[in-house]
Amino acid sequence: MRGIVAGILLLIGTPAFAATPIEEGRYQAVLGDCAGCHGKDLAGGVVLQTPFGRLVTPNITPDRQTGIGGYSSADFRAAMKTGYARGKPLYPAMPYVNYARMPDRDVDALFAYLKSVRPVRHAVNVNQLRFPYNWRFLMRLWNLVFFHTRAPAPSNHGAAWMRGEYLVNGPGHCGTCHTGKNLFGADSGPALGGALLQGWFAPDLGGDHVTGLGGWQASDVVAYLKTGRNGHSIASGPMAEAVENSTTAMTDNDLEAIAVYLKELPPPAARASQSPGDVEQMKRGASLYRVNCSACHGLDAKGEGPLVPPLTGNAVVNQAGADTLVRLVLAGSQAAGTKWAPTRPAMPSLAWRLNDKQVADVLTYVRGNWGNRAEPVAPGTVGDIRAALQGGR
Amino acid sequence: MARLLPKKDAVIIGLGWTGAILAQQLTEAGLDVVAIERGPWRDTATDFNIGYMQDELRYAIRKDLFLNPVLEAMTMRNRPDQTALPMRDYGSFLPGHGVGGAGVHWNGKTWRFWESDFQIHTHLTRRYGADKIRGLQLQDWGVTWDEIEPSFDAFEYLCGISGKAGNIKGALQPGGNPFESPRAREYPNPPLKTGYPPMLFDKVARELGYHPFPQPTANLSRPYVNPLGIAMGECTYCGFCERFGCANYSKASAQTTILPVLMAKPNFEARTECEVLKVNLTADGKAAKSVTYVDARGVEYEQPGEMVLICAYSLMNVRMMLLSGIGTQYDPATGKGNVGRNYCYQTSCGARLFLEGKHLNPFIASGGMGRTIDDFNGDGFDHSHLNFVGGAGISCDPSNGRPIGYRPTPPGTPRWGAGWKKGTVEGYQNAMNIGAQGSSYPVRENYLDLDPTYSDRHGRPLLRITFSFPDNDVAMSHYMSDQLEKIAKAFNPKSYSVARIQKDWNSVPYQSTHNTGGAIMGENPRTSAVNKYLQSWDVPNVFVIGASAFAHNAGMNPTGTVGALAFWAAKAITEKYINHPGALVHA
Repeated sequence: MRGIVAGILLLIGTPAFAATPIEEGRYQAVLGDCAGCHGKDLAGGVVLQTPFGRLVTPNITPDRQTGIGGYSSADFRAAMKTGYARGKPLYPAMPYVNYARMPDRDVDALFAYLKSVRPVRHAVNVNQLRFPYNWRFLMRLWNLVFFHTRAPAPSNHGAAWMRGEYLVNGPGHCGTCHTGKNLFGADSGPALGGALLQGWFAPDLGGDHVTGLGGWQASDVVAYLKTGRNGHSIASGPMAEAVENSTTAMTDNDLEAIAVYLKELPPPAARASQSPGDVEQMKRGASLYRVNCSACHGLDAKGEGPLVPPLTGNAVVNQAGADTLVRLVLAGSQAAGTKWAPTRPAMPSLAWRLNDKQVADVLTYVRGNWGNRAEPVAPGTVGDIRAALQGGR
Repeated sequence: MARLLPKKDAVIIGLGWTGAILAQQLTEAGLDVVAIERGPWRDTATDFNIGYMQDELRYAIRKDLFLNPVLEAMTMRNRPDQTALPMRDYGSFLPGHGVGGAGVHWNGKTWRFWESDFQIHTHLTRRYGADKIRGLQLQDWGVTWDEIEPSFDAFEYLCGISGKAGNIKGALQPGGNPFESPRAREYPNPPLKTGYPPMLFDKVARELGYHPFPQPTANLSRPYVNPLGIAMGECTYCGFCERFGCANYSKASAQTTILPVLMAKPNFEARTECEVLKVNLTADGKAAKSVTYVDARGVEYEQPGEMVLICAYSLMNVRMMLLSGIGTQYDPATGKGNVGRNYCYQTSCGARLFLEGKHLNPFIASGGMGRTIDDFNGDGFDHSHLNFVGGAGISCDPSNGRPIGYRPTPPGTPRWGAGWKKGTVEGYQNAMNIGAQGSSYPVRENYLDLDPTYSDRHGRPLLRITFSFPDNDVAMSHYMSDQLEKIAKAFNPKSYSVARIQKDWNSVPYQSTHNTGGAIMGENPRTSAVNKYLQSWDVPNVFVIGASAFAHNAGMNPTGTVGALAFWAAKAITEKYINHPGALVHA
């Protein structure tokens, strides 16, 4: 019975059926992936490992003491769009830079929705950053330097592109992970060109055929965001969460709009051709691949239908940083599970049976074979990531 | 005093194959369901790691996934006049433990019992006369083939069974099993590739005039997405099925076919490491009101439910009924009582051949990539001039060539030392095995009850098994040994040996985990524990689902029929019982 009710609510939560601000706001929470950082119950407490130390996400349920129960809608708008929560500057891990693009109507609807969820009493010590980043007032300066709400996109594009651009750079805040950051944690380098965050390398979303989405059709983008997988890749790691909490619940129209926008991202600057590992390393890697990887990924690296991603034509393999790959081999990972693809297959941890050199060899082989062309992986890189994983960092 | 929990629509005891199927079907119908499982949570991602799943010592020798007798042992004896003693280690059969149950570590062979099995008493009496089966307690199951066939189909498509149909709606299909009962459609996936030994068997069997066909199995021949949207992978023929969880998502189990969808439902909850002690009945004994269970910390809870579904392993289902006072204990002296009756097993024998100069590569294996002939199974052949009824499926089905357990040596090889080493080197590549998995028919003195002496850690009496192979089954099996010998000779082997069964069952060497009966389905509440819908005659809001309901065991692996009965019971509950609770059959 509860399942049926939940199903109906989900349906109502789409704009086509939107009737009340609460239900419109529920969809805004999907677009903005609030649950991704604030938790499924929105009570916060999720730890974000930033280069500046630990940030713990606050409680945004309507609890008056520990949540946002005391907020007015003006307070909420200010937090979402200016980065000041009742006068106090937020850290930009909260993507107010992106949310600033949201129309007031949508922010108000989101607020109505947040006021309607079950209040949870959960006090959070948000600021656990290192000195001097724990000086919150410094964010005023940051805002002056880095916070420029981007001008709306030029209008020579179609409506779908406009909507997609808004979703990606507005509430969807894709660049939070996929765009490189400078020393101060502000966007830097090509937009959506791929970046390292929390031990995962969020791939390039540009048009490159090797590192980006150049080999994907728009329908592949939609399938990936909606189901968690397509013929090229399977969402895992932080993207699995983004799919489960956010994109899988977006409307098909919105997903198609995102696909239109991403597929028209400007082509990246030409990359220097990468040389594969030396012959001996490739030989060792090939042998390791046969023994450890081929049963699932196949000797031809084509993967296995909906369960095992291919390692050829898969952008994750070709990113400049091999962090995601190393992490997958060492720690394993479980794929996203959605209504359309509920299986949640997993890559097992191989940390216990492959040493740093072996991981480097096999990944160098994978990154330099079957049309892949990414840099060799050094054993030292593997060692650093292994230490970070073991240290829980 | 047990802590009282909020009431659920349905309480399921055990989250193996049947528990998962019932939970899936009942939650789809909108019920609020809890499954209470004694063992741990297990899933492919976290428990069946491809990197260490092939640890033969851990899983096959030390039996990591199986029920430990410390948690629940059983006592055994061959005849009612003996004193039963507890099995201190499981040997002859290995019950499962944890989420997925025995469906985690099975081989995958997925048969359908035949039309004649479900009406075995009627069929055999009509064909041979009542005298032929005198002394056997054979009974019709209460359900007919036409009723149950869609449930077989549902289970096979859930699992993605690989196989070749032999009979679609009465039309025989080339390459399939001509003896099977008519099915509505082809298997969802084609048969697995065949190993070298089964190919040799296929050729010889054909030359002898038999009808070999590829085994239907739950090891998948190609990637598959089942009707619930869950994806499965192609079998890699690693030979680590039986006693192992599948790391490749290739072998159907609750984990690979149901749980990803079931666990995401808001109206389902699984409580693991929680052992149900008993089903609590109302004062008049006519309805179940709750179950009492104890969690891993030893805290006791009472979980009320509108209905209780007993979905544990067959032997545990019977024990749960007896411990809870559901139905009456069967007494072999009087033949009265409906619980504990018609306990059956599997009557198997085998032949081992040593061929010269072959490379049989037994390490290329899967749980069901063999070939079978059913020319001597069930009542597929004429028993008029034979001194038994029943039969066996005869198969060559190499399921593994694992280094510790698989060390075949030719007769006369020393048991140790250099001679043994030389023998194992030769035998590994040259040995070929053919097995006859025979039916097990009920007799009055084979039964299950509670042991008067031995109890478990909660103070509850253990289950007592009283079993020896009936004379009918011994005669059947000896006949099968003769057939094996005939087939073996046709290979012109360098040497061969054929095993012949003894009347007394020995609980120590592994034989089969196909224990059936004890809470059988049927048409009469005096001679069956549950009706044709697996509903208790005595306590109508209790359903008892599993091989415990088999009125006899056929010469086939039971899981296909167990799965079909689970879908069949779920259909009765969701389509009939929910709207009109109460007895679905009035005796």
